[in-house]
Amino acid sequence: MKTEKTKIVEHSHLVGDYRLLVLDAPEISAQAVPGQFVHVRIPQLEESALRRPFSLYKAENSTISILYKVVGRGTAALATAAEGSELDVMGPFGNGFPIPGSEVTPLLVAGGYGVAPLYLMATRCLKKGVLFVGGATAEDILCIDEFEKLGWDVRVATMDGTLGSQGLVTDVLDEWLTENSARNDYSPAGHEIFACGPDGMLKALGDRAIAGEFKGWLSLDKHMGCGVGACLACVQKLQNVGGDEYWGRVCKDGPVFESREIVWESSE
Amino acid sequence: MNDETKKSDLPIDVPVDLSVNIAGLEMKNPVMVASGTFGYGSEYAEQMDIDRLGAIVVKGICMDAWDGNKPSRMVEVPGGLVNAIGLQGPGVAGFDEKYMPFLRQHDVPVIVNIWGRSLEEYGEVAAAFEDVEGVSGLELNISCPNVKEGGIAFGTNPTMTADVVAHVRKNTTLPLIVKLSPNVPNIAEFAKIAEAEGSDALSLINTLPAMVIDVETRKPVLSNVIGGLSGSAIHPVAVKLVWEAAKAVKIPVIGMGGIMRAEDAIEFMIAGAAAVAVGTANFIDPVASLNVIDGIAAYMKRHGMSSVSELTGSLEL
Ligand SMILES: Cc1cc2nc3c(=O)[nH]c(=O)nc-3n(C[C@H](O)[C@H](O)[C@H](O)COP(=O)(O)OP(=O)(O)OC[C@H]3O[C@@H](n4cnc5c(N)ncnc54)[C@H](O)[C@@H]3O)c2cc1C
Ligand SMILES: Cc1cc2nc3c(=O)[nH]c(=O)nc-3n(C[C@H](O)[C@H](O)[C@H](O)COP(=O)(O)O)c2cc1C
Ligand code: FES
Repeated sequence: MKTEKTKIVEHSHLVGDYRLLVLDAPEISAQAVPGQFVHVRIPQLEESALRRPFSLYKAENSTISILYKVVGRGTAALATAAEGSELDVMGPFGNGFPIPGSEVTPLLVAGGYGVAPLYLMATRCLKKGVLFVGGATAEDILCIDEFEKLGWDVRVATMDGTLGSQGLVTDVLDEWLTENSARNDYSPAGHEIFACGPDGMLKALGDRAIAGEFKGWLSLDKHMGCGVGACLACVQKLQNVGGDEYWGRVCKDGPVFESREIVWESSE
Repeated sequence: MNDETKKSDLPIDVPVDLSVNIAGLEMKNPVMVASGTFGYGSEYAEQMDIDRLGAIVVKGICMDAWDGNKPSRMVEVPGGLVNAIGLQGPGVAGFDEKYMPFLRQHDVPVIVNIWGRSLEEYGEVAAAFEDVEGVSGLELNISCPNVKEGGIAFGTNPTMTADVVAHVRKNTTLPLIVKLSPNVPNIAEFAKIAEAEGSDALSLINTLPAMVIDVETRKPVLSNVIGGLSGSAIHPVAVKLVWEAAKAVKIPVIGMGGIMRAEDAIEFMIAGAAAVAVGTANFIDPVASLNVIDGIAAYMKRHGMSSVSELTGSLEL
């Protein structure tokens, strides 16, 4: 059974609209794979309210952590949950990021709270790599010191230039790719992208992975119902190697997909 | 009063009989899971013991694989959600190949929710299930608001309802449940038509046609523009319709719509339902259906009932 009555051991404000939630959840913690998510029932909402999905940010010592942004009524209600109270959590769900071999340099690319699953990823990678993180303003750049503590190279971009270089996270990634492709020992198989953030960013990264002939693993964010693959609410258009298109379920078949699988629709 | 007399005053703790027979289908208890809210069973097998269910009604299936609608397909509203999945499904052959092997290993009746875009296709799908081993019954979906052809068009016109039920009846030997649309002025009329044309049971309600607009963009939230409302919000509407339908026919009625807890299911049974189905609540709490089963048993003990059928139609007016 994958529903756990967890206890809130810590619930704190980080910066701006971002908050940290630490739960005592031994079963989920033991199974956690980077990129997987938990489906949280928010007790402050009415009985008929749907659960909300959140990525696993940390999983250690029988606890799991979630890093979330207050964006609507669900997350606003969650923000009022008291330390010590119970939280009904399902998971871990979905297919996470594949952990690359030690010969591959992982390039983690995050937008906003997309940094959460990438931190768990960084703790599990065999080789230290580079974190590229972007956001609208300095407040949206989270936990970079934690990546630095792990020995990762961190490159920041903000739209307003309040932290790191001014512009898009893909701009700083492009600099790295250009620098590296000029090296004698360059091979496209030497690095892979692991990314989580808004669709526009993910699509831009997927385009680069396909053009540069390296792997790009993208974690999608879709509104969910059940979280277990039953309701078909969270679908994304995908294609198989033969080019046949079909709807994949972000909750069950994802949330992580390889760039070449995803068919981006013009409306997205 | 001493302890002795106190004990004998209480109803004796005999095991309650939850089993029901719906349309010739033996069920351990009257609690099923509603079509489209439980996938094909396997999705929830890690979350709960699916063998405890009265029956599983799988997601709507037509002859060939069907894509459904574009996202966005679901939006939460006060008291429930509006969905416009659009009956995405693997088709009869795909279902048999992909999902039946798992379901056949389980000790739970499987009811297949079927739909078509034409009268002929409804018949074809029904006939195709004659050859699928392990299917216990068919639920005829003539009430889906989310497909352009078929679906609700058949369920809101008396002549079309009569034709489609009669045609499907000719094409199947399986127990046939007709799922009625709530979107009609007189549910009793449709209930009687389905009964007269050979339906073995009725189920209701399907979702209520609904719409949600994003006021900032002034665009509909669902790509299909309209969808179907489900969840707590529709429960009182459903109770009224189940009550009216059950009064109109002799065949058993399966009540659904916004069952979140046992009391909601018991309400349907008191109104006249012989069985119930849990839908949207599965998404929120995967064990909601099991809690409903336990809750019905507890209620029966509390009220000194030995068979769950005593509940059906026990409304005091
Ligand atoms: C796999 C996964 C992992 C995630 N991980 C994290 C994480 O680690 N941290 C984090 O902060 N968030 C994460 N999210 C996002 C998080 O689930 C949402 O921010 C949250 O559910 C919002 O709930 P809410 O009630 O606060 O907002 P809502 O009230 O649901 O609204 C949020 C926004 O979405 C819009 N919206 C509502 N319904 C729809 C719809 N059907 N279609 C399109 N737009 C709609 C609203 O207008 C609003 O702007 C993740 C999502 C997924 C799918
Ligand atoms: C996401 C979703 C998908 C559904 N799919 C189907 C379907 O394929 N066929 C069908 O007859 N009913 C379908 N329904 C309707 C349910 O079976 C049920 O009649 C309705 O949701 C009312 O019950 P509830 O309020 O408990 O959810 C669907 C409902 C939802 C919420
Ligand atoms: S959320 Fe229900 S299928 Fe993905």
